Amino acid sequence: MFPLRSARVAARPSRDPVPLSRRGFLGLAAAASAFALAGCAGGSQGAGPGQPRSGGRLRAAFAGGGAKEVLDPHMANLFVEASRAKAMFDKLADLGNDVAPVPRLAERWEPNGDLTRWRITVRQAAFHDGRPVRAADVLASYARILDPKRAFRAKSSLAVIDLAKSRVVDDRTVEFALHRPFVEFPNVLAAFGAYIVPEGAEDFAKPVGSGPFTFVSFEPGRSLLLRRNPNYWEGAPHLDELEFLISNDESARVNALLGGQVEYAHDLTPTTARSYEHSDRLTIVRSPNSGMQAFTMKLDRPPFDNRDLREAMFLLADRQQLVETTLSGAGQVGNDLFGKGYQYYADQIPQRNRDLDRARALVRKAGAEGLRVKLDTSGAAAGFIESASVFADQARQIGLQIDVAVGNKDSFWADTLNNGSLSSYRSGAMPIETHISQRLLSTSTTNVTKWARPEFDALYDKAVSTKDEAARRQVYLDMQRMQHAEGGFLIWGFADWLVAVAPRVGGVAKAPANTLDWARFDKVWLG
Amino acid sequence: MAGLSPGRYALRRLLVGVLQVFAVATAVFLLTEALPGDAAVALAGDNPDPARIEQIRRVMRLDQPLAERFADWLGGLFRFDLGVSLVSQRPVTAFLTDGLAPTMLLAALTLLVLVPVAVLLGVVAAVREGSPLDRAVTTVSVGLHAIPEFALAIVLVAVFGVQLRWLPPTAVGVGDNLLRQPAVLVLPLVVLLARPICSISRLVRAGMIEALHADYVRHARRLGLSPGRVRLRHALPNAVAAAVPQLAHTTDWLLGGVIVVEAVFVIPGLGTTLVDAVAARDLPVVQGLVVFFAVTTVLVNLVADIVSFRLSPRTEVVR
Repeated sequence: MFPLRSARVAARPSRDPVPLSRRGFLGLAAAASAFALAGCAGGSQGAGPGQPRSGGRLRAAFAGGGAKEVLDPHMANLFVEASRAKAMFDKLADLGNDVAPVPRLAERWEPNGDLTRWRITVRQAAFHDGRPVRAADVLASYARILDPKRAFRAKSSLAVIDLAKSRVVDDRTVEFALHRPFVEFPNVLAAFGAYIVPEGAEDFAKPVGSGPFTFVSFEPGRSLLLRRNPNYWEGAPHLDELEFLISNDESARVNALLGGQVEYAHDLTPTTARSYEHSDRLTIVRSPNSGMQAFTMKLDRPPFDNRDLREAMFLLADRQQLVETTLSGAGQVGNDLFGKGYQYYADQIPQRNRDLDRARALVRKAGAEGLRVKLDTSGAAAGFIESASVFADQARQIGLQIDVAVGNKDSFWADTLNNGSLSSYRSGAMPIETHISQRLLSTSTTNVTKWARPEFDALYDKAVSTKDEAARRQVYLDMQRMQHAEGGFLIWGFADWLVAVAPRVGGVAKAPANTLDWARFDKVWLG
Repeated sequence: MAGLSPGRYALRRLLVGVLQVFAVATAVFLLTEALPGDAAVALAGDNPDPARIEQIRRVMRLDQPLAERFADWLGGLFRFDLGVSLVSQRPVTAFLTDGLAPTMLLAALTLLVLVPVAVLLGVVAAVREGSPLDRAVTTVSVGLHAIPEFALAIVLVAVFGVQLRWLPPTAVGVGDNLLRQPAVLVLPLVVLLARPICSISRLVRAGMIEALHADYVRHARRLGLSPGRVRLRHALPNAVAAAVPQLAHTTDWLLGGVIVVEAVFVIPGLGTTLVDAVAARDLPVVQGLVVFFAVTTVLVNLVADIVSFRLSPRTEVVR
């Protein structure tokens, strides 16, 4: 559930039915600004943020969605909505820097012996209107998300909960009944959009949450002003006020930062980050392991139903070149496995390297010499078309002809789920278990590689019903070995998440995108 | 044209305009339907779970037949109800009024500067036809006209906003009323003015030269009227009339929200609203904006024709 839509593409709502697309000149704009600033680059480091101190208003520029923007945290979809939601609301749990769940509004959780009932103790906390956060609010929030008549994003994550059999034990204790044993239930509590709202809340024109900032005013598509919640359970934020401002164009966000109009610019392109790396007018904050970059091969149809051909593809990819060119170096190479740096990631599986001789031999063995195949891509995420072109060049070196087909970016993900055989892919951070359950089981609803193996499904069931962590880790390792050897995800890199801040801004964390500390402002200060 | 009073002419044009608006709205409805993906697919984004997309469709009532949705929308239109956004459920009129304020402000300010400056430049160049001044005005305006808005905008921001820091590079955070911080309007206005000033001053110049060589002007001179009076009272109206259609075109362009300028300077006008709505496949919002644009186009052209007619009754008005 965690991959956010790339809103950068939204000039990003980056859909350009209008001939003069903003994307078109985005690169130009970045280049022009970079050129203008070239004189300043390499300057000395200015006065830093210093020690944490209280006060001030931080203005943060994000890409927005115009008509799409809402303050209902259960409807959050865009990056800016995710960030706003975490400023005003809390989840029971959230994802730490290793993408493992950490308790938030839940003080602790405790499963029963067979992992089908979970008792959650709710922290002593209050909503902005002074009412305490109660177990009833928790249950009501989850019931709202699970409402069959609605289509909230967290719904499928929460589907493991048997709501009818779940109950409020006392004011601060709730007991969830699950449909099956599930040791990773805390991942569900941390699911994207699974925020706790006051029982009965339906009108979010003036949202009331339990988060670190309280609502002041909102203009959709323009701005949201929030104020410090002095009673926040984790301690009041440093900032007096936090203002979210909308600027869809990336170069405009950077220009606003350089012009002193904002102190924080979200979601930069690697090119921009590289241009300003040594600038003393802004600081680039890189969050590694934020965006998985891949090509997907569909296993249920030719030509990639042939395992040798898939392996040839793995071996012909020059991952370093892909990272250097399409990510401008802002990332790390991948090993065809999701979740580098995350809990349960199989570090022990050796890194796959380019081996053209072996790739050629495998292509020959597969009888695929001179193969011509279409690679579906689009402007749905930054760098997609570029990486597809680079990869096509790499494949040509062993005689494979990859035709890059650029499709519609607004419907790209739905188009490529079931069509074609090779396509561009990206994903935000989520626990490895979530990646598996959403994309790699025969029942997964977004199984883009069509990986459907009964023995793999069985391993998953075993993993999520294994209480012992070491044993569980072993099962996840076995699953990752299978994926690495035979899977359809050619994961060539992990992109850094890039943010720029004014030099006096302190406390911006380098956490993977979609995790708790990413785009989080209650620990940030103005020096 | 003979025997048709300006009032009746305007009425007839208005009726045709209503039909045009209806035709445009229908065409856009069908074209947007024909785009790949709908609002549900756009909203689901990189998590295209088919069951969820189906559920979103039901919530947005996209599972209703096309004809039914169009009829609903059309019915609303007759009650001046443009419907609500599929995604946020906000009324479409709210999007229109939000986006209209900055777009109108920029358009009004642009026209306010554009008309006198362009006319003055055109007249001066025409009166001094062939002089170094005329050649200088011509060269500069042809050169400026060749620079696309986005290129000019980017260069101006990089130089005056980022490097020299003389002017704010964007309008981020200024909020609804851009006049609260007039400095943010300077660069966008320069960009919006650059090309229209060139094209309109060229037209005024050409019209003025033609008028100055026309028989009636020569006749007026022979009657002993002063050259200044002849130019101002007799030649100028005809010269301006020649530029009115282009001026109307520019006004229409400005009222549509100039997307490039809005994007570079972060001005949340109608252009941005339209781009966002199309990206989200938010049909009611797209439709509302299109109807609005169609209405302004019809009205602006109507006004332009009447103005042309008044300035120079010889002008052929029926199109």
